[in-house]
Amino acid sequence: MAREETFYDVIRRQGISRRSFLKFCSLTAASMGLGPAFADKIANAMEVKPRIPVLWLHGLECTCCSESFIRSAHPLVKDVVLSMLSLDYDDTIMAAAGHQAEAILDEIREKYRGKYIAAIEGNPPLNNDGMYCIVGGRPFVEQLKEVCNDAAAVIAWGSCASWGCVQAAKPNPTNAVPIDKVISGKPIIKVPGCPPIAEVMTGVVSYILTFDRMPELDRQGRPAMYYGQRIHDKCYRRPHFDAGQFVEAWDDENARRGYCLYKVGCKGPTTYNACSTVRWNDGVSFPIASGHGCIGCSEDGFWDKGPFYQRLSGIPQIGIESTADQIGGTLATAAGVAVAAHAGASAVKRLRMKSAETAAERERV
Amino acid sequence: MTMDLKQGPVPFNPYTANPKVSRTSYYIYEAPVRLWHWINVVAILVLCITGYFIGAPLPSVGGEATFTFVMGYIRMAHFIAGYVLAVGFLFRIYWGFVGNKHSREIFYIPFWRPNWWREVVFEARWYAFLAPYPKKYYGHNPLAQLAMFLMFTCMTTLMIVTGFAMYAEGAGPGHWSHTAFGWVIGLAGNTQNLHTIHHYGMWAIILFVIIHIYAAVREDIMSRQSMISTMVSGERMFKDDAP
Repeated sequence: MAREETFYDVIRRQGISRRSFLKFCSLTAASMGLGPAFADKIANAMEVKPRIPVLWLHGLECTCCSESFIRSAHPLVKDVVLSMLSLDYDDTIMAAAGHQAEAILDEIREKYRGKYIAAIEGNPPLNNDGMYCIVGGRPFVEQLKEVCNDAAAVIAWGSCASWGCVQAAKPNPTNAVPIDKVISGKPIIKVPGCPPIAEVMTGVVSYILTFDRMPELDRQGRPAMYYGQRIHDKCYRRPHFDAGQFVEAWDDENARRGYCLYKVGCKGPTTYNACSTVRWNDGVSFPIASGHGCIGCSEDGFWDKGPFYQRLSGIPQIGIESTADQIGGTLATAAGVAVAAHAGASAVKRLRMKSAETAAERERV
Repeated sequence: MTMDLKQGPVPFNPYTANPKVSRTSYYIYEAPVRLWHWINVVAILVLCITGYFIGAPLPSVGGEATFTFVMGYIRMAHFIAGYVLAVGFLFRIYWGFVGNKHSREIFYIPFWRPNWWREVVFEARWYAFLAPYPKKYYGHNPLAQLAMFLMFTCMTTLMIVTGFAMYAEGAGPGHWSHTAFGWVIGLAGNTQNLHTIHHYGMWAIILFVIIHIYAAVREDIMSRQSMISTMVSGERMFKDDAP
């Protein structure tokens, strides 16, 4: 029997030079925060370990995760990913279609039972027996459960699979839920973002391949190496925040000077992601560098924590959109008025008591 | 001064004074409790002012960012005052164990004692102008104890937990606050929730302060015992000998 194909075999077959391959390994090691020595380890793993099959499923989603993934900064990454995935299953970008495509799913599940990675983009809607997302004639939630049950590990790509994202935003008519609500007993790595950064996505896959284990996860199940700090902690505009220099309006002088976007609703202080360090599109930019605040797209329920252009979250239940300050201020004013009224009534009562006491005193005398 | 009707005023001498005169002052708030109270006043004042300006910053300052640190100093003051509040609160809990019985009042409510609830209703009636005369209490009256427990002790605990969880976000793993309160970050999910809860907590404490100060002043005038001076000297004075 022929030995199983490695990543390196696939890469070379794609016509990638060894030099480019080693560049990719160094880049990946650096992005994971590993020392230079680990570039060799990654290269070695790519060369000798059998390629891990990846089944990439799509539920309710917009395919922005896939779009991000195939635009990974280093051209080689794209090739690794494309060759890796088109050989197995990704119903958006693979060549096969129809029954032929669905047959691949069963084949991989049989052949690599408990050894493949299930990469899930999007999430299942549960209302009306999952009828709001049909893949291959069946509700997506069924396909999701089948594929994940036989997987070694599950990667939740993007905010849809991790938290629910826009389709789970209030009022969530289809009852879309993050995948960890329907899958149990499997390790799940959450790689949130709308979409996640391409280098973060390939970095997670490379890590699993190199070290044969899951990357260290934080309390919310995200790889700590990419989601350990907030955008705010490494933001290049942070000195303006500490100095108290803010953009007050979108077209003011402060916006031209590149001051902090905190007052116009930047969610960087509550968003855990690598945007301010890894950046986007081959390190060209990220939202804050382009003059727009972070909207917190990698955070749980970020659609419902808005408005995007306001620092404090609105509370839609009370008024249309009231902030804590408006509600608290109103309550404090009401308490002040109540206190004043009560004090007035108390004074009247005291005066009455006093005159009653004086009258009683007079009677005694 | 006592008055002798025939010979005019004579100087008061505590040694020869009539020993049968009933004692009208009781030592309620021990010195550490009083000291903690006034330190807390300062800490909460600083926390509310700086906290408000962290959520809604002051107008932007000009100049080079290198030479200005306005937001930095506001946050630093907030963190220092937060530490003072938290350490003070821990000390106050300790004092609840070793202090007199009144030092424990703010940490619990006698939920299962029907008589206590009757007293709460009585005090509520007194505040609603339905009871003609107030009663005497050595420590907190039951309504005050309920308010202290819910609006001060519970809210302060919430503010310390959410506050240090947000502090841990910046301090990062390895810092004590991350070890102790990192679980709150996981519990909150999106930490924007923590910020919103912490902000509401501030307004709850401001409401508490308004009611607390008003009640203390009103009771000082209207009730049958001293209030404000008690938190200075520790002595509770009763204005009459009636039960």
